[in-house]
Amino acid sequence: MTDILNALVLLSNFVLIPALSYGSQLALGALGVTLIYAVLRFSNFAHGDMMALGTMATIMITWGLHAMGVSFGPLPTALLALPFGILIAMAVALVTDRAVYRFYRKQRSAPVVFVMASVGVMFMYNAITRIFIGTGDQRFADGERFVLKVNEFKELTGLDQGLAIRTSQLITVVVMVAVVAFVFWFLQKTRTGKAMRAYSDNEDLALLSGINPDRVVRITWILAAALATIAGVLYGLDKSFRPFVYFQLLLPIFASAIVGGIGQPLGAIAGGFIVAFSEVMVTYAWKGFITLIVPADMAPEGLVQLLGTDYKFAVSFIILVVVLLVRPTGIFKGRVI
Amino acid sequence: MKRLLLASAASVLVAGSAVAEDVNVGIILGFTGPLESITPGMAAGAELAFAEASEAGETNYNVVRGDSTCIDAAAATTAAEQLITSDNVVAIMGADCSGVTTAIANNVAVPNGVVMVSPSATSPALSTIEDDGYFFRVAPSDARQGEIIADILAERDITNIAITYTNNDYGKGLADAIAAAHEAKGGTVAINAAHEDGKGDYSAEVAALQASGAEHLVVAGYVDQGGVGIVQASIDTGAFDSFFFPDGMYGQSLIDSVGDDINGAVIGTLPGTEGEGTEKFFEIAEAAGIDPTSTYAPESYDAAALIVLAAAAAGSTDRTAIRDNIVDVANAPGEVILPGDLARGMELAAAGTDIDYAGASGVELIGPGEAAGSYREYEIEDNAVKNIGYR
Repeated sequence: MTDILNALVLLSNFVLIPALSYGSQLALGALGVTLIYAVLRFSNFAHGDMMALGTMATIMITWGLHAMGVSFGPLPTALLALPFGILIAMAVALVTDRAVYRFYRKQRSAPVVFVMASVGVMFMYNAITRIFIGTGDQRFADGERFVLKVNEFKELTGLDQGLAIRTSQLITVVVMVAVVAFVFWFLQKTRTGKAMRAYSDNEDLALLSGINPDRVVRITWILAAALATIAGVLYGLDKSFRPFVYFQLLLPIFASAIVGGIGQPLGAIAGGFIVAFSEVMVTYAWKGFITLIVPADMAPEGLVQLLGTDYKFAVSFIILVVVLLVRPTGIFKGRVI
Repeated sequence: MKRLLLASAASVLVAGSAVAEDVNVGIILGFTGPLESITPGMAAGAELAFAEASEAGETNYNVVRGDSTCIDAAAATTAAEQLITSDNVVAIMGADCSGVTTAIANNVAVPNGVVMVSPSATSPALSTIEDDGYFFRVAPSDARQGEIIADILAERDITNIAITYTNNDYGKGLADAIAAAHEAKGGTVAINAAHEDGKGDYSAEVAALQASGAEHLVVAGYVDQGGVGIVQASIDTGAFDSFFFPDGMYGQSLIDSVGDDINGAVIGTLPGTEGEGTEKFFEIAEAAGIDPTSTYAPESYDAAALIVLAAAAAGSTDRTAIRDNIVDVANAPGEVILPGDLARGMELAAAGTDIDYAGASGVELIGPGEAAGSYREYEIEDNAVKNIGYR
């Protein structure tokens, strides 16, 4: 019995909790991608770098707060800086829309033109981030690092396996739940949210019923920029901030959005968790877990690892390809790209 | 007395023949990249020796720096190419990381006949490259470090280990050397897996290492890169609380970033010696405002000193002449020369007296021009490095 408990604790420590927080970060990223797709009808490749840009702004403000001697007690100071980071990201997104995307909207360009424009924007954000903060690793988490330490858990329960919960993981999940609840409430209950959904369903009909398209577009960018920054800061707090890593996050984020059904907010959330859990579970070495749950003589010799950890991104690719082949609309019947 | 007279007479002759010659020497180190936190100390160590030599002798050594980046072979080769062809350096102090050092030696230095003295490239593969005798290192091969580490592990009754290494020539060579030496002593290596530098998250790598069932983790990585990520993730998840750090993991930055949990959890090795030479180096380095405990700073001083002493012994700064004299000035027999004593060493060498440069790190070149190697063993306590001993 204790063995089974130990096995569950081991699984929670190395698979469930890391995947839960990673999944939350992906879900928030994918939600932004899906909103842009639903309303503006193109895949925004600049989303990963929007995350990096917003996070960079937040980190710089965090440094400023540190310099002024401000801290947030047991919580990371970056949470105080986050609203300002979001404002900066929103401003950047709105300026980008006015300078780049509005032109193509007026031209009524094909979606692929928008996608290519977003690749250009991606490189610009990329460069801006690097000019300000450089290419290196930034760790900006401060405050209390753990909610539950391994040793404390072991003393508490008397089990052999330990369980650690980091503050950043708890914050990630709590913030994700709050933000998702807010976005759904906003889309379902508010006038602006309804206008966005109407515009997404049928643009011409929405225009006929007096919805201001510019306003819908603006609100969408504001939401997407906020979601990107929140996702980016949470990822950076939990792991570390490095511009290139954020650029690479684009792949799992798109995989999440497409698995769930692009254009479907609920799908983005589900997709985020599916991708995160697949990545972690496929690259996890199951030897320890299996050894604990099977009789001693059946314990495996090898590591029981399906893919090496270096192939983490391959998992996103496989999911992406399989979904596009088998069920292009994704789980929640989104649009077909 | 007679010898001294002869020496001074000869030095006057030499001095007469070469009036304050200006030559360039290259320093190629990874001023950017995964070792960027220790390279300033290394460069300062080497520049200290060149400055000392310039002041003492008739040759004025102008230092030209190049960036090896530590990991990008193409960038390092370009930097070396520039030093050799346009700056016309007589010799190169460098490079630092094994991969780029191999690339520079094979592509630029050896074809052009330029001596390289590396202070820190430790891959066993460098013992067997075709170098025409132009490649030297005052750092020992990692095959030796592997044996030392296996000895320490055996003494502490650590038998079952997991190894993770940074995925390059240095990491792979060192990890294999440790695994071979450890197994030869009857230990088990539960897993020997690579990690990539520059990732945001190492929890998956740590999970695989933990699943192997080993309780001790050898991290053959870099202190500013994946190494610190692995250690942090291991401590966070409670996967390991006992680590072994080979040379690339030595540095205060890791201790600062991981914090209290690192105390008492680490045994480490890095090249180093104690003795008169080390003390002398501490003196002159501190006088010059350089941190003498900085990783590979003494070796860098020694690498530079070998170049200037060999040039003095040859009586010229010809590239090949330097090559031919390095082993002579480095090894016994001869008058022992310590750091801060380069003026006397150069004078004696120029006079034809045999010298034995012991330097800051006890230089003794064996086999294919590499250091025999002695190591410092340390632990981390109270957020600082505590020396245990030398072997």
